[in-house]
Amino acid sequence: MNPVGRRLMFLAPLALLGIGGVGAFTLLKRMAEGDFDPRGVPSMLIDKKVPDFTLAAQSGQAGFSAADLAGAGQPVLVNFFASWCLPCVAEAAQLLALKQRGVALWGIAYKDRDEETARFLKQHGNPFARIGRDAEGKAALEFGVYGVPETYLVDRAGIVRWRWVGALTDVVVARALNPLLKQYA
Amino acid sequence: MIPELGHFALALAVALACAQGFVALLGARRLDARWMAAGGALALGQFIAVALAFAALVWSSVIDDFSVLNVAENSHSLKPLLYKISGAWGNHEGSILLWCLMLAGCGAAVAGFGRGLPSALRARVIGVLGGCSAGFLLFTLLTSNPLMRLWPPPADGRDMNPLLQDPGLAFHPPLLYAGYVGFAVPFAFAVAALIEGRVDAAWGRWVRPWALASWSLLTGGIALGSWWAYYELGWGGYWFWDPVENASLLPWLTGTALLHSAIVVEKREALKTWTILLAIATFSLSLTGTFLVRSGILNSVHSFASDPTRGVFILGLLVIVIGGSLALFAWRAPSLGATGLFAPVSREGALVLNNIFICSIASVVFTGTLYPLFAELVFGAKLSVGAPFFNATVLPLSVPVLLAMTVGQILPWKRAALGPALLRLWWAALAATAVGVTVALGLRVVLPAIGFAGAVWLVLGSFGEIIERVRLFRVPLSVSRARLAGLSLSVWAAAIAHAGMGVTVAGIAGMALASEKITAVAAGETIAFAGYDWTMEGVRAGTGPNYNERIAPIAVHRNGVFIVRLAPARRAFTTQRMETTETSIHTTGFADLYAVLGEERDGKAILRLHYNFLAPWIWIGALIMSFGGFLSIADRRLRVGAPARGGKAGRTSHAVAAE
Repeated sequence: MNPVGRRLMFLAPLALLGIGGVGAFTLLKRMAEGDFDPRGVPSMLIDKKVPDFTLAAQSGQAGFSAADLAGAGQPVLVNFFASWCLPCVAEAAQLLALKQRGVALWGIAYKDRDEETARFLKQHGNPFARIGRDAEGKAALEFGVYGVPETYLVDRAGIVRWRWVGALTDVVVARALNPLLKQYA
Repeated sequence: MIPELGHFALALAVALACAQGFVALLGARRLDARWMAAGGALALGQFIAVALAFAALVWSSVIDDFSVLNVAENSHSLKPLLYKISGAWGNHEGSILLWCLMLAGCGAAVAGFGRGLPSALRARVIGVLGGCSAGFLLFTLLTSNPLMRLWPPPADGRDMNPLLQDPGLAFHPPLLYAGYVGFAVPFAFAVAALIEGRVDAAWGRWVRPWALASWSLLTGGIALGSWWAYYELGWGGYWFWDPVENASLLPWLTGTALLHSAIVVEKREALKTWTILLAIATFSLSLTGTFLVRSGILNSVHSFASDPTRGVFILGLLVIVIGGSLALFAWRAPSLGATGLFAPVSREGALVLNNIFICSIASVVFTGTLYPLFAELVFGAKLSVGAPFFNATVLPLSVPVLLAMTVGQILPWKRAALGPALLRLWWAALAATAVGVTVALGLRVVLPAIGFAGAVWLVLGSFGEIIERVRLFRVPLSVSRARLAGLSLSVWAAAIAHAGMGVTVAGIAGMALASEKITAVAAGETIAFAGYDWTMEGVRAGTGPNYNERIAPIAVHRNGVFIVRLAPARRAFTTQRMETTETSIHTTGFADLYAVLGEERDGKAILRLHYNFLAPWIWIGALIMSFGGFLSIADRRLRVGAPARGGKAGRTSHAVAAE
């Protein structure tokens, strides 16, 4: 092998690392922006009607059903949350900010006790217009919820347009949610 | 107060690690003895500082200090003490701190045990380790501080994932990390050699014990993880080709290749650049494994909360550490001197073959693990690569390795003839064929038959070199016995480690014959399965410190003789709202009786019974391999020949005289 070829051969591992590094960086960037979800399968519900459900109301709040969602007259963000979930605490400020902007937020209290949900809302603020109680997690099963918090965007016609697993971050709201809210407003 | 002290110790450790890298490397460059010595002292200091930070975290966890965010998120006052301690590393922040502790430990170990090394090389190794430490400590301090406070503190913690509340898993991460991080030392040796531009036989001899120790620990760590998956996840499987399992297998494979190629460097001064590359690759793969898991890029049961911001930090760190070493490699390695020539059929030829096959397996596993990411990135397609791919590719590549392993061991160095070597193993080949044919005809199975034949071939053939050396049956037995006593430990170590692989292969082949039965039983009902009578005695309730459980005692009889009472259970953890299945396993040494309790319906309980033939051998084999590795380190030949100082040389010659 000529000396140049030999030199190039020794550069091969570095080149491989370079390609891998750029690829990993791209994935991380897309992950932060919300268009790559390593948890695998995209929600089966996207572009389908919301599954049928009716939820009892959280005390002092209004409950809701699938029909209410379709008849809301505006796109609704459905947020599965629980008082026992720390990422939900982290997300609370984000949801309040969305409420401030006039986004309709409906909450589903997942596997939670009524009084604990109430305490959670008192402590961290209540961004929700309506709150249904999903004590046994049946509605969550219908939605295919991966874990709390999880957020779905339902358009005027009651069709699921978007799902986000985990707490909503500024980047996700800016990059993924805002364009969708504009599109379906 | 204690967490703040730990926090301070962590910050101090960052400063010490930076100083360690800077002072030691510069000292080696200027050949300043005092600077080089200071590097060792700083390495010890860094280790003590990180140990203090780690101790502060464990302490906060043990005394239930829920004002520490990490403890509040991962612990609970009712959690048993063992899991309060192990919980300290059962989460992202703690595990990274443990990683740093191990890395600091490596630096301290080189400073403490590496006194026989030339001082410049030692200083460079310590310096490189210090640089790596500085990066990871900075990562801990800036993005994953485990000692962060939470105010106001909650009344109680969120508890740890119940799957992780298990004695096996309490020790799996430390062992695995010790193995992972241990490869930082061969890596540092490789980088030091590249800086010095010199690799010789002595270098090979110095690297080997470190590589051996890391390899042995990694073997143990992987085995423990696989054992945990086997009994805790309750699926009856032992290896799932999960991305994280693969991430630990990759450095194990390249580490295995490194162990063997370092022998060639030591004995024949050949394969130098290749060995350097393997040392870099092994540690790089350890780092990549950590990165893929910690960044959450790969979806796995092991991923803690995924966090892209942390991912970017680790990625940057990785690119600096791996990229820097590979750039150094590209720059300096071509001038390391031509590799010595040798005949293809020889001990070193066999070791090259071993490297080729093991690295092929590693590339296949690497490709399979990363392909889903590649597909996502380039084609935007969601797909997963599962067990069928790995089984179809890894198994065929393993067969030649297993076949060649025993032959390679009895080939002499420099030049050998294959025919006579094979002839000397005729008895092992005969036994292997006999076992293979018997299993194939008796049970009408092909793959397990090949597996058993391979296992017999390995276990018997591994001792071929010993039999050859003592000239068994060719000289009087008393002469053989005398020769046996004179054999070096490393010969024994190699035979034992290779035989351990055979035992594992037997276990894997046996598991291919495992049978299972899922059935609904009422209390008092008896089921005949796998030659045993399993009587379910009725499900009862129980409570533990942080869970409620349903237990189904099963009395197992064989031909009317009581064997054991199994007690599979389902535990509902109150704080985490999660259920786990507690499998109950009785091992006979040749098989595991394995019972899992499923749902209860209509007064009946669903039981899943497994009869796992030779299952325990998988982990026993791994233990034997690991033991072989440690035995090899104990061989004094690895230490003799290092430019020893007066006292050491005196001791060595005394040891020789005693023989």
